[in-house]
Amino acid sequence: MPQPRAAVEGQAQQEPADIDDPRAGPDQTDLLPGRQRIVFSDRSRPGRHRPRPAPRHEAVQPDVEFAPEPEPAEPVEREAISQMHILWISEGMSCDGDTISITAADKPSIEDLVLGLIPGLPTVHLHNKVLSPTMGGEEFLAPFRAAANGELEPFILVVEGSIPNQNIIEGEGYWTSFGNDLDTGQPLTVNWWVDQLAPKAWAVVAVGTCAAYGGIHAMAGNPTGAMGLGDYLDWDYQSTAGLPIVNIPGCPVRPENFMETLTWLLYHAAGTAPAPPLDGMLRPQWMFNTSVHDACDRAAFYEQGDLARDFNAHKCQIKLGCWGPVVNCNVPKRGWVGGVGGCPNVGGICIGCTMPGFPDSFMPFMNEPTGGNLGLSAALIKEYGDFVHRMRRITGMALNLEPEWRHNGPRLTSGYESHQNTKEPAR
Amino acid sequence: MTATERKSPQIVEMNWDPITRIIGNLGVYTKIDFANRVVTECHSTSSLFRGYSVFMKGKDPRDAGFITSRICGICGDNHTTCSVYAQNMAYGIKPPPQAENIINLGEAAEYMFDHTLFQDNLVFVDFCEAMVKQTNPGVLARAENTEAPHAGVHGYRTIADIMRSFNPFEGDFYRQALKVSRTTREMFCLMEGRHAHPSTVYPGGVGVSPEPTLFTDYVARLISILDFIKRSVAMNDDVFDFFYEALPGYEEVGRRRILLGCWGAFQNAQVCDYRYETMNDWGKAMYVTPGVVVDGELLTNNLVDINLGIRILLGSSFYGDWVNEDPFVTHDPLGNPVDIRHPWNQTTLPEPGKRDFDDRYSWVMSPRWLDPSTGDHLALDTGGGPFARLYTTALSGLVDAPYVKSTGRSVQISLPRSAELPETTLEWKIPRWSNALERNRARVYFVAYAAAMALAFVEDGLQRCRRGDVEVFTPFEVPDDAISCGFHEAVRGALSHHMVIKDGVIANYHPYPPTPWNGSPRDSFGTPGPYEDAIQNTPIFEENGPDDFKGVDIMRTVRSFDPCLPCGVHMYLGNGQTLEKLHSPVLGAADG
Repeated sequence: MPQPRAAVEGQAQQEPADIDDPRAGPDQTDLLPGRQRIVFSDRSRPGRHRPRPAPRHEAVQPDVEFAPEPEPAEPVEREAISQMHILWISEGMSCDGDTISITAADKPSIEDLVLGLIPGLPTVHLHNKVLSPTMGGEEFLAPFRAAANGELEPFILVVEGSIPNQNIIEGEGYWTSFGNDLDTGQPLTVNWWVDQLAPKAWAVVAVGTCAAYGGIHAMAGNPTGAMGLGDYLDWDYQSTAGLPIVNIPGCPVRPENFMETLTWLLYHAAGTAPAPPLDGMLRPQWMFNTSVHDACDRAAFYEQGDLARDFNAHKCQIKLGCWGPVVNCNVPKRGWVGGVGGCPNVGGICIGCTMPGFPDSFMPFMNEPTGGNLGLSAALIKEYGDFVHRMRRITGMALNLEPEWRHNGPRLTSGYESHQNTKEPAR
Repeated sequence: MTATERKSPQIVEMNWDPITRIIGNLGVYTKIDFANRVVTECHSTSSLFRGYSVFMKGKDPRDAGFITSRICGICGDNHTTCSVYAQNMAYGIKPPPQAENIINLGEAAEYMFDHTLFQDNLVFVDFCEAMVKQTNPGVLARAENTEAPHAGVHGYRTIADIMRSFNPFEGDFYRQALKVSRTTREMFCLMEGRHAHPSTVYPGGVGVSPEPTLFTDYVARLISILDFIKRSVAMNDDVFDFFYEALPGYEEVGRRRILLGCWGAFQNAQVCDYRYETMNDWGKAMYVTPGVVVDGELLTNNLVDINLGIRILLGSSFYGDWVNEDPFVTHDPLGNPVDIRHPWNQTTLPEPGKRDFDDRYSWVMSPRWLDPSTGDHLALDTGGGPFARLYTTALSGLVDAPYVKSTGRSVQISLPRSAELPETTLEWKIPRWSNALERNRARVYFVAYAAAMALAFVEDGLQRCRRGDVEVFTPFEVPDDAISCGFHEAVRGALSHHMVIKDGVIANYHPYPPTPWNGSPRDSFGTPGPYEDAIQNTPIFEENGPDDFKGVDIMRTVRSFDPCLPCGVHMYLGNGQTLEKLHSPVLGAADG
């Protein structure tokens, strides 16, 4: 399997060949119901998306440099979408924590979106298991089945949870499912649903670190071969609107990071905004282009080399296991709910939960990071700041890669061994 | 429902898979006798296997709280807290009292948040006007003409007005509840950093700085939601009392034998030293009393007894037996023998297979509690959490906190004056039944309980701040070898973590959250799990016939347990299923 970075670079190189999406072409005269034609002029015509370089930041940007995007050609016509379904599948290897998390957002809130209170957005039809007013079963599954049959569009597919590797199962069986096959009564795997829906989706959003990169269930020694959506669908996947997977990592996702990105996508669907700018790991650029450390209100302690030796001290926690300087995340800047909470800013070590390398690259969590200050003494941090910054950049690049065992290959390579016959002796 | 009225059965198989408005993947497969309007058989299944106990082996024990939090996306912090309790025992440490205050305040906020979101935004959709109009138009008509007894508290004139306020996204109380769930999550984040996976909770204490501002920010938000809590209790009482009155016999919906387990919550920092040897003492000092209740009688509230009685049975789940493996732990630190089926000794041996409701059909093992007096393996449930918590606390008569008193028969909860409503004392009295409505009613009372305990913790926290008591962390070292356990209450009920450390790494780690207790399949003795047991024999009050059946009475039963399937941990469903006939209700065209 290609590493994500290579795939993204490949995508960037192919870009010019993909600009003409037939759905966006001027020849198309028949409009689908619920849509109107608008003249659309921006740099994100379908098929034109690509990750763009974020503002330079020495600590955390992935090691991908993209050429500046060419200036837009003449205006393009595109249909404005007035009705959008959101098909949300949380039956990946998840804890449903991202669904719960987004109910905490109030800028905007999920009810603002569902009730149509935000001007200029398409009417949103949300299909999410936790928030569904239905009883469940077929009543709930109906729109998912319709979409799989090509009878419901356009839709944004939101995937929550990592995707297990079905290929490693010998014979029948599955790791996680979503409803049953109506003919056979056999459970339908999440993999089946992603295979059916992703090619038909107007956009695909991976919510949370599990769906984006694999996350906790893709840890070393895992038995399911769990991986991120990019590993499963390929990193050069494009939706029918020409968008790559939109990754919104976080364990769980920071509530408003998801809601704001979804809103941007909906403005894009309405034809009033370009596609959201994503970085090399397909994250919304404006949210993930700075480090935890940048916004941490304990950063001054770090710069002064005043480091906490245990959790009683209100100081920089780098020696206690905080990875803040090398982690792309806006939580200390924006808090968790309503500006409250966070991680190192409120005394919680950053364990890198937004990162492709999470969790393995950051474990044991409560050990001093190996690359964070490179074992330099406090005094040296002050003295050799530039050197540390350079080294941080290298560490940050490594953390922006997933471990090699996250793939959809034929064999499980996570290091899991059936634990029969491995029993330790009795105490 | 007497025998003389019995008609020749008209059995229809029906399933709901997945079930909505819960956390995780749950399917319920039933046989319903529409002639006699009763559920005759039920199997509950889940379809997710992630393998936590597998991939935790060999990891640093200090990582356990961070990893196990990811089991659950709504009450992950309960896992972190329980893991920290277990680690404190393993490392032989006791966090400073201010750290216990901060964790207790975080957990209290979690209860308030989670119960509010689940009750008002998920459970109550089954009782809202839009739903009752579809399932029981006759009941709705009556609700329109029934004055709400507590209209003076909550402001809704009729029962139907209350029901309308819970219509999803449109009802005003539904929307208020979403807002309150945000305020309570802010309170949570003040103490534990992030929801649902905390950043500031560690073995040995917390990383939060206990400044006066921390507690002030918390208590100001707490005061701001007291009106909502008081109204909520009054509205729930009105609706549930109305259901008993409008639908005689509704007490049978979701009813099962009173078999309850609660593992205790809110550590008492004055007593708790986390030593196994003193666990009976500090367990009884917890501000929610642990206990096992059978047929209304308290069997024990000793955490050592509770610990030793836990058995993990197979029977209908896809696992090989581990009885022939060597045990990790033969005796507890007090010298009591530890059974091979105890979580300390469990070895997970997955054996995927076909879903067969006559044989194996679930990857949930069946936790049971061995009653030493009868030798019965009891299928305890948690009543969705609050029901068992209030029950064991009420019967034990031990809790005597500034705003909460246990009387031996009830729990009294005092909430101070708030913006619009006066000082209020609520009393939860032990009800006659363990059924769907009482599980739900207990939930809203426990929100008040958590708020009242939070007031006490925040007052203690502030007083300690003022006298300079700001220690929040006790340093520790990880031993090479240790065994330990943690007991806590997840939002939806009993939670235990059992850990074995060898050579400084995790050799065995088994979390047993509430959902394996509640959602377990038939065990090796053939005893059904609580969901199955509660749904079987539930009468059907819905006015629709088989063709447009929604299953609201069954869903009210399932949701009364607050299912949270990610907590199944071991849950995984094999391929295939063998029902000859499947009827999947296809209902309504509303946007899901």
